[in-house]
Amino acid sequence: MTDAVAEPPVAGRGSDERLARQSPLRRLLGRPELGALLGAVALFVFFSVVADAFLRAGSFSTVLYASSTFGIMAVGVSLLMIGGEFDLSAGVMVTSSALIAALTAYQFTLNVWAGVAISLVLTLALGMVNGLLYVWTRLPSFIITLAMFFMLAGLNLGVTKALTGNVASDSVRDMDGFDAARAVFASDLDVLGLRVKITVLWWLLFVVVATWILLRTRTGNWIFAVGGSAASARAVGVPVARVKIGLFMGVAFCAWFSGMHLVFAFATIQSGEGVGNEFLYIICAVIGGCLLTGGYGSAIGAAIGAFIFGMTNKGIVYAEWNPDWFRFFLGAMLLIATVVNLIVRRRVERTP
Amino acid sequence: MRGVFSRGSAKGLAVLAAGVLVLSACSGSGGKEAEEDTGGEGPRLEIAMVTHSAPGDTFWDIVQKGAQAAADKDNVEFLYSADPDGGKQAQLVQAAIDKKVDGIIVTLAKPDAMKDVLARAAAANIPVVSINSGQEESAGLGALAHFGQDESIAGEAAGTELGEIGAKKALCVIHEQGNVGLEARCDGARKTFDGDLENLFVQGSNMPDVKSSITAKLQSDKGIDGILTLGAPFAATAVDSVKEVGSEARIGTFDLNKDLIALLKAGDIEFAVDQQPYLQGYEAVEALWLLKRNGNVLGGGRPVLTGPAIVTKDNAAELEEFANRGTR
Repeated sequence: MTDAVAEPPVAGRGSDERLARQSPLRRLLGRPELGALLGAVALFVFFSVVADAFLRAGSFSTVLYASSTFGIMAVGVSLLMIGGEFDLSAGVMVTSSALIAALTAYQFTLNVWAGVAISLVLTLALGMVNGLLYVWTRLPSFIITLAMFFMLAGLNLGVTKALTGNVASDSVRDMDGFDAARAVFASDLDVLGLRVKITVLWWLLFVVVATWILLRTRTGNWIFAVGGSAASARAVGVPVARVKIGLFMGVAFCAWFSGMHLVFAFATIQSGEGVGNEFLYIICAVIGGCLLTGGYGSAIGAAIGAFIFGMTNKGIVYAEWNPDWFRFFLGAMLLIATVVNLIVRRRVERTP
Repeated sequence: MRGVFSRGSAKGLAVLAAGVLVLSACSGSGGKEAEEDTGGEGPRLEIAMVTHSAPGDTFWDIVQKGAQAAADKDNVEFLYSADPDGGKQAQLVQAAIDKKVDGIIVTLAKPDAMKDVLARAAAANIPVVSINSGQEESAGLGALAHFGQDESIAGEAAGTELGEIGAKKALCVIHEQGNVGLEARCDGARKTFDGDLENLFVQGSNMPDVKSSITAKLQSDKGIDGILTLGAPFAATAVDSVKEVGSEARIGTFDLNKDLIALLKAGDIEFAVDQQPYLQGYEAVEALWLLKRNGNVLGGGRPVLTGPAIVTKDNAAELEEFANRGTR
């Protein structure tokens, strides 16, 4: 059932294409993340050849760290996109969440864990507001979350300045609970001699959970259904409003986690950060095979998309190309990765 | 009824009458009182500052604080607005002209975009001074004075410092691509730095990206022994990267904030080139006030430099108090 929704329609020989038998290879080729995976392999080989430092273990862990900071958000964003919606407030929401935790902990001289908890509640509430506004007004989520983006950007600066008199939050580095929280959100781990940021493990965990939800639960079916056609989904009894609100809250949860990483990795938060990142998350999801129109995609694909983005982002530095051309190379690499993805998928769809 | 005209009431009435007499004797204008009231002599002035700052930038926050401090002393109503986009910044200047303010302070990061609107300010007889960027263009566009740090000179100072801390191969971390001022700093540093200075571009609005990019660069080139960041928050992140890689690179930066003072004191950061943003705001307001009140022109028609001031471990402690207050 899940696979039937998750995969693009493939012409079958039988009377009903949905009942057609598929070889395991065909099923693999039909996965949305396959094209992205090939793109990732191609980029990996490419940078291994052009950049001497790229293949070193330390470099790989830096690439993984960069990927994880995009990837954690891409998990929530890809689920939302499969559900047919956008969240343009996601980038700034990360900063909001970090500011909430840092400001409440500092201003009320609380244990930082209290700030973490308050931030979780408030950030989820922000996601819920996004969802409720969408459900009540039936305006495109593009508009709702764009408004939220501006409001949060303004609140981040306004509230921070009102409370601290400056444009950055005060440092929480020497407060109770900081070290424990840092161990959870921003520490280094030793994995088989490779120093890995803990965000990488959290990222993988989130991807596994999201994939399980998508492919093995009823909620997953609902997500594909509301993204494919909300009206049909409603007609067969899917609680569309609840699913969409839940998806916005999923993005908010990821924003909370990323925000906590910012707080405990950097201790002070600049209130103007985060603007523009929302598009990077969407890009990760799209490279990974999510359709902009909803109803198709995967969390694993978004993870590979984030990996491609992190690899390109850091690979250019390892390759020591002229920094003036950085963004051009970044754009060109992304274009190539996405085109490879597209070609692969079209070829798979065409071959009988 | 007698109670109304009791002795107590009569006395009260007398006091009231005396009070009315005194009040009506006050002059509505002039005199000692008027002089003291206005503090800054004469009616309250209205001065608008329009910059190219993005919201939430520490540097511009300090500029505003300096301007506000001068405005409070001089009985000036200080209005601030900003937009990084040249065209929109010009619209904000036009709005200030429409409001008929007494003086305008602008930044000239995009001088061409400001040309027409500054001509209109001149036509409306509103004096203009420029701050921060645009030192070369300032006089040509009709500004009476310029207060700022020459980015090249500041860069040269940073280059000298980099040499002094013993760096041979250094990075110049640009956190906003295409920003002329940042490029000029790196170019200036390159002039006086004996070693090799390479630019590295990072996405300033995304701190994890700043960190991983600097880490990546340090990993790819183990020979790097110096890092020059162009904004205070990025210096703190560079410290993390250096520790993570176990690199020997020593760090210098532009601009100050309170976290940086602690890092300077601890020796994690070697030096900071401060362009004293507080002065840019303060002096600009003061310049317009002096012009309006006494016909003075600060700087004698030449740019007034507000920096560079070099902060190191030796003098960091003296500035701690000011940085904690968010004015240095």
